Amino acid sequence: MATIDLRSATAIAGAVHDGALRATDVAAAALAAISSRNAATNAFVETFADTAMAQAERVDARRSEGAASMPLAGVPIAIKDNLLLQGHLAACGSRMLMNFKAPYTATVVQRLLDLGAVVVGRTNMDEFGMGSSTEHSIHGSSRNPFDTTRVPGGSSGGAAAAVASELCPIALGTDTGGSVRQPAAMCNLLGLKPTYGRMSRYGLVAYASSLDCIGMLAHDAEDAAMALLSAGLDPFDGTSRIEAVPDYRAALRERTDLRSLRLGVLDGDSTGIEDGVRTATDAAIATMVELGATVVRCSLPHDRHAVSTYYLLAAAEASSNLARYDGIRYGYSQRGRTLDDGYERSRSEGFGREVQLRILLGTHALQAGYQHELYGKATKVRRLLQRDFERAFADCDLIVSPTSPIVAFPIGSKLDDPVAMYRCDALTVGASLAGLPALSVPCGFAEGRLPIGLQLTAPALREDLLLQVAHVFQQHTKWHQQRPASCR
Amino acid sequence: MSLTLHPTIGLEVHVQLMTRTKLFSPAAYAAGAEPNTRVHAIDLGLPGTLPVMNAAALALAVRAALALEGDLQKTSRFARKHYFYPDLPKGYQISQYDEPYCRGGRVPLGDGRFCALQRIHLEDDAGKLTHTDMGTLIDLDRAGAPLIEIVSMPELHEPDDAHAFLVSLREILRFCGVSDCDMELGTLRCDANVSLAEKGKKLGTKVEIKNLNSFKMVQRALDYEIRRQTAVLAAGGRVVQETRLWNDEKAETRSMRQKEFAEDYRYFHDPDLPPLHVDADLVNEQRALLAELPAARRERYAREFALQGYDVEILTQEKATGDWFERAVAAGADPKAACNWLIGDVQKHARARGCSLDELPLTPLALCQLLTTIARGTLTATTGKQALQYMVEHATDVDGAIAALALTRIVDDTTLLPFVDAAITQLPLAAADVRLGRMKALDALKGHVMRATKGKADPQRLEVLLLARLRAEP
Repeated sequence: MATIDLRSATAIAGAVHDGALRATDVAAAALAAISSRNAATNAFVETFADTAMAQAERVDARRSEGAASMPLAGVPIAIKDNLLLQGHLAACGSRMLMNFKAPYTATVVQRLLDLGAVVVGRTNMDEFGMGSSTEHSIHGSSRNPFDTTRVPGGSSGGAAAAVASELCPIALGTDTGGSVRQPAAMCNLLGLKPTYGRMSRYGLVAYASSLDCIGMLAHDAEDAAMALLSAGLDPFDGTSRIEAVPDYRAALRERTDLRSLRLGVLDGDSTGIEDGVRTATDAAIATMVELGATVVRCSLPHDRHAVSTYYLLAAAEASSNLARYDGIRYGYSQRGRTLDDGYERSRSEGFGREVQLRILLGTHALQAGYQHELYGKATKVRRLLQRDFERAFADCDLIVSPTSPIVAFPIGSKLDDPVAMYRCDALTVGASLAGLPALSVPCGFAEGRLPIGLQLTAPALREDLLLQVAHVFQQHTKWHQQRPASCR
Repeated sequence: MSLTLHPTIGLEVHVQLMTRTKLFSPAAYAAGAEPNTRVHAIDLGLPGTLPVMNAAALALAVRAALALEGDLQKTSRFARKHYFYPDLPKGYQISQYDEPYCRGGRVPLGDGRFCALQRIHLEDDAGKLTHTDMGTLIDLDRAGAPLIEIVSMPELHEPDDAHAFLVSLREILRFCGVSDCDMELGTLRCDANVSLAEKGKKLGTKVEIKNLNSFKMVQRALDYEIRRQTAVLAAGGRVVQETRLWNDEKAETRSMRQKEFAEDYRYFHDPDLPPLHVDADLVNEQRALLAELPAARRERYAREFALQGYDVEILTQEKATGDWFERAVAAGADPKAACNWLIGDVQKHARARGCSLDELPLTPLALCQLLTTIARGTLTATTGKQALQYMVEHATDVDGAIAALALTRIVDDTTLLPFVDAAITQLPLAAADVRLGRMKALDALKGHVMRATKGKADPQRLEVLLLARLRAEP
């Protein structure tokens, strides 16, 4: 069996469609790559070998029966440990759900399967999505393929490490405050967080319901556009959006340069942004100007409160969403002397430190005496920030910034300082709070080896514009083609 | 020193909506099913599940609000109410807090007075715990069942009025098909609260009473609690804010928990559920479906059909009875006759068969035809009853019954005279009395002929013939 290139979903789907490759051969290649190379990064926490091969066989059978087109025919995808595939474990990186077997399949995962994708396994994450480094996991830390002493970002760090080390071309992650975009930036990938409500949340284990969004990590805009075919209204999610889903791949062909594009560059505080990151993103903006874009200065006056607002709201919702893990019906369970004692033991032992920290913070924020001052005020700031974005988009088409203020940091270096960890999200939480689509596209390297990402934020439902612009940028740059040493 | 203390009563009534599926899940709830057989992943609060609003539940909730004359809110919000308990799978109940779908409203007390409502809101139900020797068993069938909670204003002052409120509320909600309001099945549950204060002063300390399993218990518990609080205050004591349980056997309340540590439910808007919109189309649709309420129907029956008291009460107790009655009248039946027959023989047949009026093989039109036949004199009251029985048993009309039973009234003298003569022969003493002018004895002779003719003899002709014969004879 010749080696199969696992970098491009578009190439794999084309080859399977044409009969040049069988889906079963692709799945076997992906499973073999994972078993030989996953140890380097701890990207996957489990492979679904048997079901993956069965799904691939079905794709081959459907193809030979001349079934309707499968745009993702035979494409191996990874799903984050908080997305459900019936019959498989979904632990959310937590002891609490170590043995939780999904009794149903998430809507988005099912749609990708229907489109011909093959789910090869689940990837590592910070427990319940709470973290920016994939160090807070019952499965141990994941490592960055570009430097295995460093984190891959988080919380979808396993997903990013899986695609960056070429174990599969597309991974589904989830992004609550930057958890797809930030690891994409740190692992030299394109990471897209669609508009809130664009992707059904049914079967995504909730962290913060008003912010959670399934996103995709891939090497290029074409593959991300392909995964975005799973968007759209879901009767099982009352917050999913009703607007029709356009053919994002066709939209990519509509633009070859960036003429008439108004790029919004934010005025304001740039403290905390590393020099290397600043230099690379400035250069990327210059490239875009060369391609025809014009730069517009814009401001988001309330963005300076975004991190505190985000952490307060996310923690409040998390404290509520995680109340169901009480050790009674499923999940980690310890019997106590009394009912309360049982709750206390199950939850104290089942949840990790960071999760407990946020549950306490969120519980406090919702308490009767503090709710107005904390949760109430945060929801107001959120509305003000949403209005800031609306005003900014009156003058520009996209807002551009670094994705992460810093490049991948050494494993363990920020574990003792949660607030420093939270500040890593300073540039991504704004779009999350406003529910806007945003992506990160590779735009350079620090010290020649640590990837840097450029974040583009668009008005609601303009994923097409984000992908077009990223596609043009990737057509004229080679950053995304740079591979980790292990893959060269 | 004696105080004139004035009780103030508040009621919180939970009513389960008669929808096929639960408030936020597609599971079909039925009270009394095998435990844990009516549970969807959503009801279990499994990871990744999301609630989705059941449009049928909203429609019934809107109908209830219209029936109770509440002020429907165009936009309302669901909120999460947090507490840990094994019957609550998500760790929170989905309820409405600061933005209920209905504010205000009122319940008639049956005597022209009303009790205003504070609000009505939607919420999902919890499961049920059963404590056994083996431990506590959890049944989550009921978890997620659709409820509305109806909260009264503190405007009731007598336990009798609280009872009247509940009777009236149940009647209205059953009448318009919102709920079957069955306390035994738990589709209506009621908590009461009462406080005492001097008239005109601000309200006293409120005590909540739970474990009220019938309207009578609500009344008795309030009576007891008012006596207890009066005694406490008269002795110079202080009423403690607490929840008390009613013990019906001992006819007393006892303290369940004191509210010194008020529970903090940490309410916030449920981010999984978009704001709830009640649009004009839904309101109009429900208003059109909303049946005339019992009080209005009683008033109309008295006015339109000249019916009174007991008749009206019986006809308006169940919506189906009144509807059936009105169909018979619409077909041309005399209202009083239709009423008498419906609440008499027709309902007796339905009860005997254990079926509803609508399931009975007798249409309002068929009753109307029967009544017309009686009015024409073809049937008597007695043969009419026989005909009705035959009609019900054979699902036929009145003509069919008459033909089958040969029930036509006997009016011709040649057929009647032999029966008349036989009666006079058989009852010589009665005959002698009539000849002496003691006309009461005539009934015995008539009865004899009626029995002999199986009720078919025409009563007027029979009397003429009897009198003629007795005068003619020695």
